[in-house]
Amino acid sequence: MANAPASAATSREAALAFGLLCLVAAVLLVAFLSITVGARPMTLETVWSALAAFNPGSTEHRIVWDLRLPRTAIGLAVGAALGLSGAVLQGATRNPLADPSILGIHSGAAVLVVLGVAVFGITQLSLYVWLGFIGAGVAMLVVYAVASLGREGATPIKLALAGAAVTAAMQSVTSAILLTSPRTLDEIRFWQVGSLAGRDMAIFVQVAPFLAIGAVLALATGRMLDGLSMGEDVARALGQDVGRSRAIAGLAAVILAGAATAAAGPIAFVGLTVPHMARAMTGPNYRWILPYSMLLAAILLVGADIIGRIIAPPGEVQVGIVTAFLGAPVFIALVRRRKLATL
Amino acid sequence: MTVDHQLLAAGMDLGYGDRKVVEDLNLTIPAGKLTVIVGANACGKSTVLRGLARLLAPTRGAVYLDGKPIHQMPTREVATILGVLPQSPIAPDAIVVADLVGRGRYPHQGWFRRWTAEDDAAVAEALRATDTLDIADRPVDELSGGQRQRVWIAMALAQQTDLLLLDEPTTFLDINHQVEVLDLLTDLVRHKGRTVVVVLHDLNLACRYADHIVAMKAGRLVAEGRPAKVMTEAVVADVFGMASRVVIDPVSDTPMIVPIGRHHVGAGVMT
Amino acid sequence: MTALDVAGTVRHIRHQLAVRRRLVTLALLALLALTFAAALYLGDYYVPPGEVVRSLLSPFTGLVDKGIDFIVLNVRLPRATLAVLTGMSLALSGIIFQTLLRNPLASPDIIGISHGASASAVFCIIALGLSGIAVSLGALLGAILTALLIYALSWRDGVTAYRVVLIGIGMAAIMSAVMSYLFTRARLFEVQQALGWLVGSLNASGSDDIAVMAGALALLLPATALLARALDAMQLGDDTATALGARVEAVRLGLMVVGVANAAFATAAVGPVTFVAFVAGPIARNLLAGSGRGFAQAAIVGALVMLGSDLVAQHALPKVQLPVGVVTGVFGAGFLLWLLVVSNRAGKVN
Repeated sequence: MANAPASAATSREAALAFGLLCLVAAVLLVAFLSITVGARPMTLETVWSALAAFNPGSTEHRIVWDLRLPRTAIGLAVGAALGLSGAVLQGATRNPLADPSILGIHSGAAVLVVLGVAVFGITQLSLYVWLGFIGAGVAMLVVYAVASLGREGATPIKLALAGAAVTAAMQSVTSAILLTSPRTLDEIRFWQVGSLAGRDMAIFVQVAPFLAIGAVLALATGRMLDGLSMGEDVARALGQDVGRSRAIAGLAAVILAGAATAAAGPIAFVGLTVPHMARAMTGPNYRWILPYSMLLAAILLVGADIIGRIIAPPGEVQVGIVTAFLGAPVFIALVRRRKLATL
Repeated sequence: MTVDHQLLAAGMDLGYGDRKVVEDLNLTIPAGKLTVIVGANACGKSTVLRGLARLLAPTRGAVYLDGKPIHQMPTREVATILGVLPQSPIAPDAIVVADLVGRGRYPHQGWFRRWTAEDDAAVAEALRATDTLDIADRPVDELSGGQRQRVWIAMALAQQTDLLLLDEPTTFLDINHQVEVLDLLTDLVRHKGRTVVVVLHDLNLACRYADHIVAMKAGRLVAEGRPAKVMTEAVVADVFGMASRVVIDPVSDTPMIVPIGRHHVGAGVMT
Repeated sequence: MTALDVAGTVRHIRHQLAVRRRLVTLALLALLALTFAAALYLGDYYVPPGEVVRSLLSPFTGLVDKGIDFIVLNVRLPRATLAVLTGMSLALSGIIFQTLLRNPLASPDIIGISHGASASAVFCIIALGLSGIAVSLGALLGAILTALLIYALSWRDGVTAYRVVLIGIGMAAIMSAVMSYLFTRARLFEVQQALGWLVGSLNASGSDDIAVMAGALALLLPATALLARALDAMQLGDDTATALGARVEAVRLGLMVVGVANAAFATAAVGPVTFVAFVAGPIARNLLAGSGRGFAQAAIVGALVMLGSDLVAQHALPKVQLPVGVVTGVFGAGFLLWLLVVSNRAGKVN
């Protein structure tokens, strides 16, 4: 009889592992859809031949390689990064509504990008990426540092407060600069909305290392997050170094979210809602929540991008808008659920 | 002048959402007496108190105050007759003790009736009775758990109602203060003729102080009456799922429940 | 101690609290008066105080100087007046929500109401090509509709503070997305126009704006005062408040309506000036240190912040007039960070 719980646990693990495989398959499927679907419809054979036997002369092959493949790759990477980042933040801060935008990451990236465009006349997207990344990193460090002062460390309320403060200050500066430079405004208003359009492979290559490092770091924090989820006192009693765990988690989150925002602009709601969906499937164990969040977010982001491409022909709706409109109802439904833990 | 009020629940069901916590409760609170409600955790005793105090509307049946359904009475009118101290009151930031106790005068004041000498006297009386006069000018957030609890009781007392309901007012209190609070409540009943209903965790204090004890289990009323008659070993076993010996408290001549566990059981004790 | 002595002690404590309360209020009023005066004589063209007084009295005395009178009476006086009125309005809105929802973060700028007004205004400017008072009306409508939506979505057997704050934050994000979308669809000059509105400015202070604000406050101030009394009970938690005889749901709804109306009118008049609503309540409470509810004091603080920020916005940088929203944003953020650092050291979380 003592074996019964053990076998129940193993079968649960097996089910979760199987689910993970299904998600991987779904990722491949949605990636494929992303390459196939678009303003210029293509057949499966065209896509296959573009991938397998590239012909530089064919416009369609060029579209696949120069436009859709990079777009899909970046979409998957950015989605995965946002999902992971949100999950790590929620676990580390025990705040079910933590999200990169709460910690000033989006506004930090924005202010530096705006400065770069206005002051240094930077127009290349690949250079935006560096600016955005640095801005996001600095903002989050400031927020985290301020919120950590004092005995209790960075509690959810203090983080949210510090994030709100830093965000507001940076938004003021951003608005002031934009008001004085119409040229910058014209550039930024498209970046600001969060989009995968116009990004080529160079961008992907730029952010990929950061995303990879961030992802490895994040996935490694699974056990630490499980510990933190029981509360600091219990975690310490079990021998965990709470400060160090939070620092590593924070670092992973900022690398991921910073790089993602730098590549695609600020995209809201993904980091916020996907971890909840993952948790609904996997239960409270972070070793599973993290990879599920990563894959689910990748699928959702690329899916949102596909929707954006087909919903308003001949133009397209940026992915940041689609995620907002899809994510908001989910978020509201989440808040209305009785069992949501308090801040 | 204290007036006797009649508070009773008739066929009352209470619950949250579709979860039924209290079922078919018929309870008449004896006027001018100290009634104590006891029971295991989650048996519904706090819920009953909230229902009686009109903080929670019954899903079936009703609560009657002086013959009128309490939920149809204007809430301010009820507040001048019936005072409640719920389980988790919130103290606003930086509020001073005298100010918080003064909030108890709220039902007696209107838009235009400001502070009167009567209000001051009521607050003063409440502070004195709870022994909180020396901390009257301190901020509530700086007080210990026990001091804070006494301040909340003072607030309920300042309301000067003939009926007073308190939900676990003795948590956080040292034993000396627990006894003090219960003695104070007894004073209110014996000398001022008030009617008091208390939910208590401590079964022995309940048996000592209650004129009327109400035992609950799983949302139902299991037994009620004088402690000496009601608190038998069988009832204790039913309500708390625990074996015990009921002896006479050598100080108060009331029942005293001595629990029987797995260890420290004397040779002559039968389980 | 006799019963009379004890009552005397209680009376003494209440008296001390009242003294502090009155001192704080007087000090704030004095500061406001000084700032208002400064707003009248500072500027590109310095008007000496004597001239300011003469100018103010000129409609009665007939002693007129057309040039100076124009500057004082038609430019600076309306601007300062509007700053005071909208500052008060925003401050009241902030403290109402912060008290009701028991959370210092629950200011209308954060829980989505300002964002609703902004999204509506941006829509009017970009999609409907409106300007001026039509945009203000749009903003007003937007704020009210957003508030209704937040309330409806938070309602589930009543409304809890927690749900309102969170759904409000979600609503803010949705409205931001709507605005971003409109920005990508519009022509550049339309975006510039919208941005100009969004950043909050007292530049276009006309007598219409003042009349509307004054009218609104004439209704809202007494309503706030009446409902604020019930907060004495409601601050203690819903159960205790009901026990004290407060009609919790009705009062809460009433206060929310008043809070939204205050924010809506102010935002419609000058755009979403950030942080005024956010900081006024905490500053007032800090000064009072428990000696009062803080509503009147918060209103004065709000007026001060708005007026002071406008002065800084106009005169801080040579040759550049910043919009007031930029200054309040930076000031507010600084204040918040200071608050965080101070409360961190004391070990107390706000």
